[in-house]
Amino acid sequence: MKKFTTIASALALSVGMTFGAAAQDLRIAYDADPVSLDPHEQLSGGTLQLSHMTFDPLVRWTQDLQFEGRLAESWEQVDDVTTRFTLRQGVKFHSGNEMTADDVVYTFERLKESDDFRGIFAPFVSLTAVDDYTVELVTAEPYPLVLHTATYIFPMERAFYEGSEDGGEIVKHGDSFASRNISGTGPYVVTEREQGVSMTFERFADYWDTESEGNVQNITLTPIAEDPTRVAALLAGDVDFIAPVPPTDLQRIEDDPETDLITMSGTRIITFQLNQDRVEAFQDARVRRAIDFAVNNEGIVARIMRGFGTVGAQASPAGYLGHDPELTPRFDLDEANRLMAEAGYADGFTVSMMAPNNRYVNDARIAEAVASMLSQINITVDLQTLPKAQYWPEFDERSADMMMIGWHADTEDSANFHQFLTACADEETGNGQYNSGNYCNEEADALMAQANAETDPEVRADLLQQLEGILYEDAAFIPLHWQDLAWGARAGVNAAPIVNALNFPYFGDLVVDTE
Amino acid sequence: MFAYLVKRLFQAAAVMFAISIVAFAIQDNLGDPLRELVGQSVSEEVRQQLRDELGLNDSFIEQYLRFAGRAIQGDLGTSYFFKEPALDVILRKLPATLELVFGATVIIIGLSIPLGVYTAIKPNSIFSKVVMGVSIIGISIPVFLTAILLIFFFAVELRWLPSFGRGDPVHVFGYWETNFANWAGLRQILLPSIALSSIMLPLFIRLIRAEMLETLDSEYVKYAYAKGLQTRRIWFVHALKNTLLPVITVGGVQIGTMVAYTILTETVFQWPGMGFMFLEAVNRVDTPLIVAYLIVVGFIFVLTNTVVDLIYGLVNPTVNLSRMGA
Repeated sequence: MKKFTTIASALALSVGMTFGAAAQDLRIAYDADPVSLDPHEQLSGGTLQLSHMTFDPLVRWTQDLQFEGRLAESWEQVDDVTTRFTLRQGVKFHSGNEMTADDVVYTFERLKESDDFRGIFAPFVSLTAVDDYTVELVTAEPYPLVLHTATYIFPMERAFYEGSEDGGEIVKHGDSFASRNISGTGPYVVTEREQGVSMTFERFADYWDTESEGNVQNITLTPIAEDPTRVAALLAGDVDFIAPVPPTDLQRIEDDPETDLITMSGTRIITFQLNQDRVEAFQDARVRRAIDFAVNNEGIVARIMRGFGTVGAQASPAGYLGHDPELTPRFDLDEANRLMAEAGYADGFTVSMMAPNNRYVNDARIAEAVASMLSQINITVDLQTLPKAQYWPEFDERSADMMMIGWHADTEDSANFHQFLTACADEETGNGQYNSGNYCNEEADALMAQANAETDPEVRADLLQQLEGILYEDAAFIPLHWQDLAWGARAGVNAAPIVNALNFPYFGDLVVDTE
Repeated sequence: MFAYLVKRLFQAAAVMFAISIVAFAIQDNLGDPLRELVGQSVSEEVRQQLRDELGLNDSFIEQYLRFAGRAIQGDLGTSYFFKEPALDVILRKLPATLELVFGATVIIIGLSIPLGVYTAIKPNSIFSKVVMGVSIIGISIPVFLTAILLIFFFAVELRWLPSFGRGDPVHVFGYWETNFANWAGLRQILLPSIALSSIMLPLFIRLIRAEMLETLDSEYVKYAYAKGLQTRRIWFVHALKNTLLPVITVGGVQIGTMVAYTILTETVFQWPGMGFMFLEAVNRVDTPLIVAYLIVVGFIFVLTNTVVDLIYGLVNPTVNLSRMGA
């Protein structure tokens, strides 16, 4: 037995040593890897995470949701509709060529052609080069989200992409040059990629940002879809950084002296929509309010999410212009029952409910909890949970009376929530595309339109907060919580400064302790 | 013999046709592939246009005929996610799965024969009782739980073995990279192989034990004892040989079943084989890849069954192949 323990500890020691040697290498495990190397093929978290590693945007978000210039050194408003960006000089692409205004123009034109990004860039008319290091971005109307949108402009090299065999076209569901090759200006160059298995990166030797203290030389990104395996890989020391961390394992990673847990309040709101076309009772604001009063969202966050969420009473998270701190979660069963009786539904009714079971954190369990909470005001819920692949077609069909949806605003702006989730449905404009409740309030829509043309942030904040107030008063939807974000890192990785609520870790600036 | 072969080939073709219809028919129920291809704010109009481009709006018959026409030429469609021919993706993932199945088979054979024989010879020893007890537990724990327990014990707590993946397998030729070439590779494949073998191992221990008990009770073994032969010789030469015949028959069939269990094992261990690929494809609604996987696996089953039948005829001449096929 003694001999056995000696061998065991010798083995353990040798394993520990091999990990210690790789000081400036970083092994990341995400739940999925990016679909493509083409940054314009799909608008998704995975694509943007990759973009921040291999490209640089004109401006980017800081941890406190302010703007920070990257490839744009400075910017100024020239007139109502024109913003002028001064580009950084001496920035090299991975191919070795220098970035100029022409590459930014190319990138803008390409974004306008992308099915996924075109919507975000719809308010913009043109982007023109004034000289080699100055570009002007022009909108059709005065537009408040110019800088928000500039975070999506990651300059791509015109010569590299246009000179390829297919001219760098965006192919949505097939093989293209851009989906296999990258020439960006970012801190990392992709050295190897086996889709679905692993990706390796090497720090770009000619990276422009020499002031960055980032010291990670090589990165390996492995997708690990299974939550327990991803956590085990971090605890076992096989990877250095993981995201997301499932709520069940938060404590474990926090308690382990060799791993750090970093959490942050996120911006994705989880809600239920009440379909007014399918259920007559839902047309009565008192009934909707009663449901809001009956749902104990604090309880859901505490019990099901294990504190891994921020209780919400509106769509906009703190930090967004439209966030109104006065709006607080409602939970009062007596009031809920009183409202139901007042609306003439004291005996309740039966509704159907649908929720995904692999899309949001604990989605199916949240739906079960809400269903049982509603039984206390005599609403019988017939619940069905589905995998996301089958859920979305049902959602498009508006197949149930109550449907769950989580939303993150691509623009990082309050108006986006209303535009997609609660605005009057309009096929022309695409408003209300995800409004399965069919809530429609012209006053609210007018406020959104006004806010979208208002460039003074203070006036705009006031308009957007009024809008949130109306939705709250009307109980246009049932807000539950904003999902928190969590990352797990090996001690010494110092990941806290490089993560943000948008979930785009800036690995280029990561400083790992050297031993 | 020739007539039988031709007949079998026709049967195999009919089975493959049926599999392709079923595989193709279920894809409509898997969800909407567009959702996984586009971002959240893409309008319904653009989605419809993409559906048209992908041919998803055509009728079932049209889609199937187009698919079958290409399939006959060896083109099973192009994966949405990998953006390359589905067949290539599967063939690239196949060696990893076969190595895992091989690793598990080695463990099963290496352990089930000695343990099965021992528990039959010494049914009342404490060790036998422990083996039988543990094997009951082994059968009743689902594979993914066994796998997670193994990871937490050997990778997280003891840190003896890596927790996931294939490491850096050594390239042999073509798509084949092996984990059996060096110590590092073997360390990677050990836990997944144990997890995969955990479902079949107890079954085989019990099967061998039962067969062995029966054989030990037969007349010719009693006669061998009476003749005064060495006990060891009776156990391992006379009895074991006859025990293994039915075991081999069952084993051949079970290897196919094991391929199915790789879906779970590979998913938990992030093993880059075709089982893991399949589950991911289902999550991403990568329908061309799903259909291709079902057809390839169906083909493997049809092929092994045909070969097994043919070999059966060769091994046992009393089986008349031409009459069997008639």
